[in-house]
Amino acid sequence: MINNELKLNTKVFDKDVEQVPIRKGFGEGLLQAGIDNPQVVGLCADLTESTQMHLFKDKFPNRFVEIGVAEQNLAAVASGMAAAGKIPFITSYAMFSPGRNWEQIRTTICYNNRPVKIAGSHAGVSVGPDGGTHQAVEDMAIMRVIPRMIVISPCDAVEAKKATMEAAKTGTPVYIRLAREKTPIMTTVETPFQIGKAQTFWESSKPKVGIIATGALVHKALLAAQALKEEKIDVEVLNLATIKPLDEEAVIKLAKKTKRIVTVEEHQVHGGMGSAVAECLAKDFPVPMRFIGVQDEFGQSGTPGELIEHYGMGEKSIIKAVKELL
Amino acid sequence: MSRLREDEKQELEMRANDIRISIIDMLLQAGSGHTAGPLGMADIFTVLYFHTLKHDPKNSSWPERDRVVLSNGHICPVLYATMAHAGYFALEELKTLRKFGSRLQGHPHRDFLPALETSSGPLASGLAQATGMALADKIDVKDGDRQIYCLLSDGELESGAIWEAAMLAGKNRLRNLTAVIDRNNIQIDGYTEDIMPLESLSDKWRAWNWHVIEVDGHNMEEISDAFDEAKAVYEHPTVIIAHTIPGRGVKEFERDYRWHGKPPNKEEAEMALNELRTLGGKIISEHE
Repeated sequence: MINNELKLNTKVFDKDVEQVPIRKGFGEGLLQAGIDNPQVVGLCADLTESTQMHLFKDKFPNRFVEIGVAEQNLAAVASGMAAAGKIPFITSYAMFSPGRNWEQIRTTICYNNRPVKIAGSHAGVSVGPDGGTHQAVEDMAIMRVIPRMIVISPCDAVEAKKATMEAAKTGTPVYIRLAREKTPIMTTVETPFQIGKAQTFWESSKPKVGIIATGALVHKALLAAQALKEEKIDVEVLNLATIKPLDEEAVIKLAKKTKRIVTVEEHQVHGGMGSAVAECLAKDFPVPMRFIGVQDEFGQSGTPGELIEHYGMGEKSIIKAVKELL
Repeated sequence: MSRLREDEKQELEMRANDIRISIIDMLLQAGSGHTAGPLGMADIFTVLYFHTLKHDPKNSSWPERDRVVLSNGHICPVLYATMAHAGYFALEELKTLRKFGSRLQGHPHRDFLPALETSSGPLASGLAQATGMALADKIDVKDGDRQIYCLLSDGELESGAIWEAAMLAGKNRLRNLTAVIDRNNIQIDGYTEDIMPLESLSDKWRAWNWHVIEVDGHNMEEISDAFDEAKAVYEHPTVIIAHTIPGRGVKEFERDYRWHGKPPNKEEAEMALNELRTLGGKIISEHE
């Protein structure tokens, strides 16, 4: 059942659950971070409204820099601003930042240890009709491999707002993964959030399988958990919002409790959240696993719903993976 | 800001010669590294650190300092040698270049040497970082208080990342940004105009709204005047295209692209040091 302690959205299973794009939460969080700290600046590569940075730009036009279609410059200019004491947030589509400017992020931001916050919007296949060129499903892998980088993948707009405000305070490089489409609101303003802490959204007294999910697919995992309960199969669902540093304690605890793990992410199964979980478990408590995600393919055009189903990341695929492990 | 006096000019020339000697010494000890670029840029580094720059070697994090961004990190022997001669750290430490545990990494890393404004090595990211620093000062309305200097190679101008930064700096009229291009016409694979022609270089920068100055990169007065002029230009960032001779100071190394990325061996270093210590045979060396 849903974990009441976390004060989650009571309508999470309703057909008419409120849906908001995760990127909108980022825009609101950045605005608040800008109000809270005058050193926060915003830089964008010609996608200001699309990435929801316009909220910040409208309020603080003097602290906003339009970089143009130049993502390498976006990252390195931000590094220079951070060297001069600013807390820069940079935004584009995840495909272009961190997709195109990986080396600048590694050298000028992380190697230099500059507190630049990279918000990659339009991650995952749920970008939809734009097609595979614009669907970043490799971003978490290329970000989590760089030393010093914190990687956050919020599950909804409310969590994204909190994650953005927290990111402003870390003093380190941070990557925040955002999605384009409206997705169900699972958390509330009262739900606690801490970078590096996983949260049990769905709990059971004797779960047989642990589902670890990240991003908007956490909602699919909850739907799967509810459907499985009706079949008398108890599972537990962990919302893993921070991919790095990994909440190893929570991951190992769940593996010990369930002896079986399914990971769920809108990302390549290679190198993403599932891989991070597997690296952790292989070292301390190996258990059989299934990996829900994109299986070494590129995306394509379609509606978000069609694509999530096509690439095997929907509720039915999660249920199937859980049953495979039993 | 005024023209260099004759005695100042001579002092800077002696400094530059000492820095070249240190560069040869360090490279010999290290057994690897780049020779041509550091020797070619010694005069510009000397004017910058011993005449132009607002800095405090004993307090490298002084908040009001000018900032120096070395974009082409591979010429760091000249940066390290100049910083040591300026008093940032002991000359003795130069011998540790490229050795395990050294603060003087093969390419600059500010984790190891915090007095550096930035780490560098992968080419073509320095100008963007310097642009970011200049923008931050502009946002804080402090762009009249300090100058940001970015030192670039000509080879790295082949990267589009440079022109992304040049466009942004020109658009934002960053008067507090001064770029210096080491126009030595060589890169690893050969001569720049054979690898990828860069001319007409000055026209390219003017097209992005930069103020362009061309100097003889070994003439102390011209270098010093150009830095002064850059500070005086109010409406634009300035680029100083410094025409330099790679390997300058050692006849056998000069203008030969094969000296881009290798250090001298013992015999070559002895020959080079002798040439530098006698100022090309003008004075009799005590070391012979």
